[in-house]
Amino acid sequence: MLLPKARGELSEALFEALRSETGEVGSLHLRPTDQDDAHIALWAMYELHYAGFEDVDDELEWDPDVLGLRRLLERDFEAGLRSRHTATTLDEPFAEGLFAYVADHDGPSLAAYVQRTADREQVLELLRHRSIYHLKESDPVAWTVPRLPTAPKAALIELQYDEFGGGDPNRLHAHLFALGLEASGLRADPYAYIDDVPVEILELNNAMSLFGLHRRLRAASLGHLAAFEATSSLPSRRMAQGLARLELPQEMIAYYEEHVEADAVHEQLAVRTICGALVADEPHLVDDVVFGAFTCLDLEDRYAQRMLGEWEAA
Amino acid sequence: MTEHGFEHPDVIICPGGPLLLRGDHVVEDADGVAHETRRPVSAVCRCGKSADQPWCDGTHKVLPARDRP
Ligand code: FES
Repeated sequence: MLLPKARGELSEALFEALRSETGEVGSLHLRPTDQDDAHIALWAMYELHYAGFEDVDDELEWDPDVLGLRRLLERDFEAGLRSRHTATTLDEPFAEGLFAYVADHDGPSLAAYVQRTADREQVLELLRHRSIYHLKESDPVAWTVPRLPTAPKAALIELQYDEFGGGDPNRLHAHLFALGLEASGLRADPYAYIDDVPVEILELNNAMSLFGLHRRLRAASLGHLAAFEATSSLPSRRMAQGLARLELPQEMIAYYEEHVEADAVHEQLAVRTICGALVADEPHLVDDVVFGAFTCLDLEDRYAQRMLGEWEAA
Repeated sequence: MTEHGFEHPDVIICPGGPLLLRGDHVVEDADGVAHETRRPVSAVCRCGKSADQPWCDGTHKVLPARDRP
């Protein structure tokens, strides 16, 4: 995989520096042109910690200048996310309070549109966008594991073991999605579609990496996971019905059907045994759990608004 | 945590939601059909409304409070 296309002055200069032998990122004092520019730059710097790029020296993963630029962009990003969030006190007990917080959040539903209205091209576009995350499904929250105390650590691994196929690579969720993409005539190599995705998809992905890579944000990482799982089962059923209506291949339908059942389990684990155990250990982290949950719901809303806006206008 | 370590039950009843089962089990549904669990933890529907019996599919969350288990 090669670096994505630049989207502005900062990413242009950054990608050029990353590709060069010397990798002199230190001389970059540019401000991002816009959010697209900032988020593709941040996404690429995060990616150095996952699979990396063929055209970037692996040494640059821990280059202090790259990390310095990443930190600048992350500060702006986190401040923006926090400014959208209103601190809330959850009802007691914690698990019911968190489920209620997620359920009370009302946003536009892409899954409902796919179930009833979307055409084949629109669904394929959605799958291309979703591929950025689903091909590394559950990887960002894996960064959080070593940052947790005993009980939530064991609980998170219990959930992730299922995400990663229970030891069977054939059942690894990211692999199931890859099979679905191939059967649908789409590319299944990671990030094949990175140049086509809107900024909202970059933000969704960057938020998970931000939360996963900072110990300070471990509770936000788990809160994000809880909201993600708690808004997955019923929408996955709708997605599966929409894909069946449009006669997409069984492999892709099977991916969503798997998530109906898996995420009905995972939402209970994420809310009760993972986040519940974390806040029992460290009660002051409850606000960050809610911040992470909000961010998941909020970024998903923004993506849904954009896509529904585009599709309904078409 | 208890004196001897952490609580780690085999069965967890989720208020208003499913019953979680840890480990491998065979669950017989209301029609007498046996289903093997397929994951480290499984969620058995308690509200009766899941379309994926005997497993929970999240439907309990859209039921009025009085119809939740
Ligand atoms: S308990 Fe979840 S659908 Fe019945």
